[in-house]
Amino acid sequence: MTGQTPTPAEPLWEVFVRPRRGLSHGHVGSLHAPDAELALRHARDLYTRRQEGVSIWVVPAAALTASSPDEKDAFFDPAADKVYRHPTFYDVPEGVAHL
Amino acid sequence: MYGNDFGPPDEGVDQVKDPDRDTAHADAAAAALGEGLLGEVAAAEAALAEAAGRTVGRAAADADEAALQAYFDAVIAADQKIEPRDWMPEKYRRTLIRQIAQHAHSEIIGMQPEGNWISRAPSLQRKAILLAKVQDEAGHGLYLYAAAETLGITREELVEMLVSGRQKYSSIFNYPTLTWADVGAVGWLVDGAAIVNQVPLCRCSYGPYARAMIRVCKEESFHQRQGYEVLHVLGHGTPGQRAMAQDAVDRWWYPSLAMFGPPDADSTHSAQSMAWKIKRFSNDELRQRFVDMCVDQARSLNLTLPDPDLRWNAQRRAYDYTQPDYDELMRVISGDGPCNRQRMAFRRQAHADGAWVREAAAAYAAKRASDREAVPA
Repeated sequence: MTGQTPTPAEPLWEVFVRPRRGLSHGHVGSLHAPDAELALRHARDLYTRRQEGVSIWVVPAAALTASSPDEKDAFFDPAADKVYRHPTFYDVPEGVAHL
Repeated sequence: MYGNDFGPPDEGVDQVKDPDRDTAHADAAAAALGEGLLGEVAAAEAALAEAAGRTVGRAAADADEAALQAYFDAVIAADQKIEPRDWMPEKYRRTLIRQIAQHAHSEIIGMQPEGNWISRAPSLQRKAILLAKVQDEAGHGLYLYAAAETLGITREELVEMLVSGRQKYSSIFNYPTLTWADVGAVGWLVDGAAIVNQVPLCRCSYGPYARAMIRVCKEESFHQRQGYEVLHVLGHGTPGQRAMAQDAVDRWWYPSLAMFGPPDADSTHSAQSMAWKIKRFSNDELRQRFVDMCVDQARSLNLTLPDPDLRWNAQRRAYDYTQPDYDELMRVISGDGPCNRQRMAFRRQAHADGAWVREAAAAYAAKRASDREAVPA
């Protein structure tokens, strides 16, 4: 027994659950596990004890690339001035249907 | 399960005595009481979605500290959530780490008093239910550890702070579960008090904590009801069973009231936590709310609450009640409760006994990884 020697830290996994057929997987939380197989089993025990899902993805947290909140304005700004991407931008002439 | 029954924080978080309290909170608490706590969890969930639609001013990419602080304040003022990678004041981060960690530790230690009765539950069904409940507590601990980790602390550090005693857990778990009826009393009173304390946390300003709390509160509701049912069966059973249930309620009532922490007048609770929307009601507001809920529930159990001075106050529209023994609370917090040493020794032993499992799993994962490298598919 080597309770004094710390075991190497187990990697962090992000857990995504599909609640029902027809819905996308959504992020539900994270957990630690030594490998993907155990991560999946832990995810089942931790996040689907009450039939919260029909499918689980586990992804190593280290494999995720995220946009940075610091640059969020610069990153997303180009979309803000393209109002013509929304159908409400256009005037529909009186009496025109199915448009 | 989690209360406010901790010692004063040992980190340098600003403490303010008896801060100005928003009386609207008390009204909101009273109003929500009628709608049921689960309704309140659902309302918190809806509010979270609604607030997300509000437009908050922007922080430029090269903003200085004051601008970042202003953006942080605006997000909180709009009841939106702070997320892990957002800028936040260092004290906000430290306060949250401490609170979420203590909450997680409480869930983990909270498995012990009830785990005590798994092997002696009176029927297979009761045993299965109790197992599911204790498993939920482990799950709650893990959701919360994960939420704390988003603030930049590691799981290893969190576990170390529990087993070394540097961080506390809810003081209520230092009381023993002497009879089967205690499992009922813990479910009804301890989980009940925990829910009253936790439901407002579903609206906490830190996103990962608020989301974890919504999940926890939905599950806790089963815990409270199973405890209530255990006591209901005993309270309407033989005279011996009823006496056992009454004895359990007599022993757990005041410690449950103490779970809300010291009275506001002597409380060192943080005005800062209120301003940051981490804490949303004062200890006494939550305690009163709990008492008001329990009185009618006790009547249906055919049991009495052990307080001769408990009576309706028409003027306050609330029950007057006897305060718990806060000196006792302080003694238990400082380590001198009936089970403090036992709980910590058990936790340390369990952690040490699990070391070979963690090592084996790590070795197996390493071997599989190297096998995959050696034999390309």
